Amino acid sequence: MKALRSILLPVAASLVAIVIGAILVAALGYHPLSVYASLVSGAFGSPVNIGNTLTASLPLIIIGLGIAISFQSGLFNIGADGQYWMGATAAAWVGYHFTSLPGVVHMILCLVAGMIAGALWAAVIPGLTKAFVGAHEVITTMMMSYIAILFARYLIEGGPMQQKGYIPQSPPIAPNTQFPYFAQGFQQAQLSPISIVITVIAVAAAWFLLYKTTLGFSLRSVGLNARAARYAGIGVKSSIVTALGLSGLFAGLAGSVQMLGVDHQLLDGFSSNYGYTAIVVALLARNNPIGVVIAGLFFGALTTGGQNMQIASNVPASLTDVLTGLIIFFVGCERIIPQVIGWYRRRRSLRAQTPAS
Amino acid sequence: MIFSNPEIWALTLSMAIPLALPAVGGTFSERTGVVNIAMEGIMLIGAFFGVAFSYWTGSAWIGLLAAIICGALTALALAWGAIHVSADQTVLGMGINVFAAGLTTFLLNTLFGYSGTPVNTPKLPSFSIPGLDAIPYIGIIFRNQSVLMYIGIVLVFLAHWFLFSTRIGLRMRSVGENPLAADTLGIPVWRLRYFGVVLSGVFSAIGGAYLSIGILNGFTSNMTSGRGYIALAAMIFGKWTPLGSFGAALIFGFSTALGIVLQGHGVSSNILQMIPYALTILALTGLIGRSTPPAADGIPYEPRR
Repeated sequence: MKALRSILLPVAASLVAIVIGAILVAALGYHPLSVYASLVSGAFGSPVNIGNTLTASLPLIIIGLGIAISFQSGLFNIGADGQYWMGATAAAWVGYHFTSLPGVVHMILCLVAGMIAGALWAAVIPGLTKAFVGAHEVITTMMMSYIAILFARYLIEGGPMQQKGYIPQSPPIAPNTQFPYFAQGFQQAQLSPISIVITVIAVAAAWFLLYKTTLGFSLRSVGLNARAARYAGIGVKSSIVTALGLSGLFAGLAGSVQMLGVDHQLLDGFSSNYGYTAIVVALLARNNPIGVVIAGLFFGALTTGGQNMQIASNVPASLTDVLTGLIIFFVGCERIIPQVIGWYRRRRSLRAQTPAS
Repeated sequence: MIFSNPEIWALTLSMAIPLALPAVGGTFSERTGVVNIAMEGIMLIGAFFGVAFSYWTGSAWIGLLAAIICGALTALALAWGAIHVSADQTVLGMGINVFAAGLTTFLLNTLFGYSGTPVNTPKLPSFSIPGLDAIPYIGIIFRNQSVLMYIGIVLVFLAHWFLFSTRIGLRMRSVGENPLAADTLGIPVWRLRYFGVVLSGVFSAIGGAYLSIGILNGFTSNMTSGRGYIALAAMIFGKWTPLGSFGAALIFGFSTALGIVLQGHGVSSNILQMIPYALTILALTGLIGRSTPPAADGIPYEPRR
């Protein structure tokens, strides 16, 4: 029953959003079915489109895993976008700063730097202030996220990471740190098999951590009931810092994978708000790592499909944001389902009591 | 010296108003116990529909009215989810922000095309207050400001008076601190929460309209550029009071104005823009005047019937 509900709810929320989207599209004089058809074919219509969908999904999946960990620990890490930027920034710096390292070592160094940067960005200020003075993590992570993006912008707009003589951008990372694409088709979609492998490992690691380790058990206990966890001898303060740190670690990893696999240099328009969409991914997945993969693919498809839809049928790609917003809203309203069921049952029992009328 | 130049204070004021209005709005919502991070989205709604109706009807005042109505309706959706459904208010707010950013861009491109809103859209009048503009220094600060700026300042003070000196204001605050006790005394918890959230929509929408038909006469995609989140910071930094929010908005507005004035003087505007966020974190940690939210902020209340 619980498993059924956890699938039914996001599907129902998405369906309601799609129907409202259809009404909006129809009201503006488009044909809803053909709009949605071009959205779907934009996401899956050709091998390159499928590749693009995967490319857009990978960062969403990796960040979504981290957010799922923080959610399961009872913490709302809303600032993953900033942690993702910090990861990408650190990876870019390591990537272009060292030049004489062997390729694989250099790649690993970039990834580790990104993970550490993301983890510290979430653990130090939001984590410690939450643990020791109770500063609400929704606000602190959000504020830190803005600071991170401004900091990264500063670094490439006249700061120490700007490539001399260029509009805001960092120097490109060393060629031997760029993930190889192996085949022409992958290159067209900017999809490196290495990025896919890292994502799969990240999913497995998150699942193992949450469900097969003592740490995961204590984090989930704190998330379910912090007071009970404290009586059971679990250090709630250290759990808070660890959970936010892990959450930032995944976001930072996503940033460095994106840097090594797709962007290869830090640019002004680096992010596509992956950090925010990933929150939706985790919400929709009910914080389950496998669910994160499915939800990540769904939103990757939505993004890619939307862009191709705009090119093919001139319907603005922002339609997908309308749908995303509605999905978040209705997933948030999950408690309406038991309310409606309760109301229905009450009405039925009322009718049963008064058969005369 | 830049500080002696009245232009920077004029700029500070005009930068502070679109932060102060949503911050005061957020204060109303959170004082009644509903966490509101949707100010950014509601501002966008207000900004877009303000321009759209101003263009369609030819009257910027009708545009302002439409902005207020659309903002209130958006806030109503938040209120319904937060109060009737007991949904997670942060999630709802995020949903509204994403939805509003998408909807306004989508409508901009479908209704007005990709080249932007028409250039002949009417805007609200700007004027100088006679008498005030004769004073040497202060006159320049208040020279040719948008009518919404004057309205905004009045609204901030009215809001403070309303929240702290009227009976309904006291009741609103009691609902945000201890809804059970308020309910026991016969105070309608849900109705006051609806009222607080809808007021936040009205204030945020006016803040959005200030940007689109107050100082400009057009809408661009995501034109609020995060002001709704800085307003959230201003609300916290102002300790959940309208006057405090206004003060915080002035500080944040000044840091923005400074960024504009110092452009090309070797000071990075990116660094200056961090100030509001950094100050908010410091305020939350108690390093500069502890900010504590209303006790029942974010906690749904289910009345026992």
